[in-house]
Amino acid sequence: MSISTPLSLRSNLDWLLRAASLGCALTAAVVLLLILLFLTQASWPLLQQPASLLGASWQPANGLFGLQAMLGASLLSSLLALLLAVPAGLLVSIWLIFYAPAAVARVYGAMLGLMASIPSVVYGLWGLVVLVPLLGAWLPPGASLLAAGIVLALMILPLLMVQADVALRESARRHLPAALCLGVSPWSAIRRVLLPAAWPRLWPAILLQLGRALGETMAVLMVAGNVVQWPGSPFAPVRTLTANIALEMSYATGPHLQALYLSGWLLLVLALLLMALARLYGSRT
Amino acid sequence: MNRREAWRARALGLLALVLMLAPLSLLWTVFGDGIGVLDWQFLLAEPEQAGRSGGIGPIIVSTALVLLICMSLAVPLGLGTALFLVEQVRPEGRLNLTLQWALDGLGAVPSVVFGLFGYRLFVVELGWGYSLLAGGCTLACMVLPLFIRGCEQALRDCPQSYRQAAASLAISRVGYLRRILLPFAAPGIAAALVLSAGRALAETAVLLFTAGYVMRWPESLFDSGRTLAVHIYDLAMNVSGGSPASAATALVLLGFALVIQLLAWQIGKRPLSFAR
Repeated sequence: MSISTPLSLRSNLDWLLRAASLGCALTAAVVLLLILLFLTQASWPLLQQPASLLGASWQPANGLFGLQAMLGASLLSSLLALLLAVPAGLLVSIWLIFYAPAAVARVYGAMLGLMASIPSVVYGLWGLVVLVPLLGAWLPPGASLLAAGIVLALMILPLLMVQADVALRESARRHLPAALCLGVSPWSAIRRVLLPAAWPRLWPAILLQLGRALGETMAVLMVAGNVVQWPGSPFAPVRTLTANIALEMSYATGPHLQALYLSGWLLLVLALLLMALARLYGSRT
Repeated sequence: MNRREAWRARALGLLALVLMLAPLSLLWTVFGDGIGVLDWQFLLAEPEQAGRSGGIGPIIVSTALVLLICMSLAVPLGLGTALFLVEQVRPEGRLNLTLQWALDGLGAVPSVVFGLFGYRLFVVELGWGYSLLAGGCTLACMVLPLFIRGCEQALRDCPQSYRQAAASLAISRVGYLRRILLPFAAPGIAAALVLSAGRALAETAVLLFTAGYVMRWPESLFDSGRTLAVHIYDLAMNVSGGSPASAATALVLLGFALVIQLLAWQIGKRPLSFAR
């Protein structure tokens, strides 16, 4: 008998343990199924007429449930956050690994840990009290797509950097000595060798953070201005799908409530797709 | 060439410094605005005038109750699942793969979607209304994947040789689990627990639709109650002149979050993992 096969099922206790832990594991899986089921069921009447959802106007009182503008705002603010966070995060990760003195890097890492533990509603509060007035003084009204992008970028930055750190260290361990032996400068080694080698691990991390940014509610709700419209510029106020759910859940009924559940369903499907993409991409390497 | 490298290092360092301006400004603002309001009275008293004055006593109690419900559901379920994944299932088997996908899927679900789900299941279908119980249950679903991953990692860190030694001594599975595996993994599990509690503490969107807004002292688990995070949101967005109290509440919440992060660090004795 090999070690890895169950040693014995002779004792009832062992059997009970197996059954109980199987039950727990199934519960966790069933929760995901239930979420899918409940959201699909709650938005089913509207899901059957997808044409009405592509409209641009959201006027629940008149039965118009166009999600286009809010979906656009969600995507734009998340992409803007990635645009801000990914280059900055990568550059600073590179600095932390290859250039910064060890003590500085350690303190910086601790600060990132602190940043990751700040609740989203506190980021929202800061955005509301500091960032929005600051942007407003420059180009009013301040509460805008850009403000949402900046706050989201700050929120995804620490996790992104942790994952970039792992990926870059791994590729440095594998390739840096060889690259340096060829007489390349450290910077070109990083740019031409380490970053391309780390991409397959960076992509899934970026996709996951995109999913996080799409799903973030409170911070965006507090700084984005919450006007349902396609933004004409980064300084225009927008309302994201998540913010819309949080704002209108308290009084929505009937088809309005169905429309909110449908926005939730849309977010869920997007998040699951991104996760699947990240996993497939990650498992290929 | 060395000079160029030095300049690059300086430029990157400057960028790193600029990035830190935002969180520093955040801490500065919350501390500066909140510290004036914060005292013992604030922590213990009931809120008055929709929260503009008075304190956050009932809100701290509600938060603690929601957390308690959440963790007392998530811990047994999560630990059981982690044990199943580590001990009872073949790593390359179909069941394991399915469960791993399901867990990653659950971990990717946006929090506001958990809120919609919890509202539908616990508030409406089960008829609990807006209540601490509904909020705690929904939060438990949300932190479950995070806690399971933490436990799984802690359990997998136990050396294979321990299991082989236990097997060679013909120790039963339950005995191995109780006497060897769990004691070995206890610090990691505790760290996972603390980090999950931190996640639950920070959550707002889920609780808006499940635990509600009420700020009286909670009398039973079926009472509605608002948590610290919900209080911050409500004061900042819906109550004019609520900013100082909001900042003070944020300071309290930040204090809790910081303590939790340090605890996890100390207990786990390993680098902070923010795995989501």
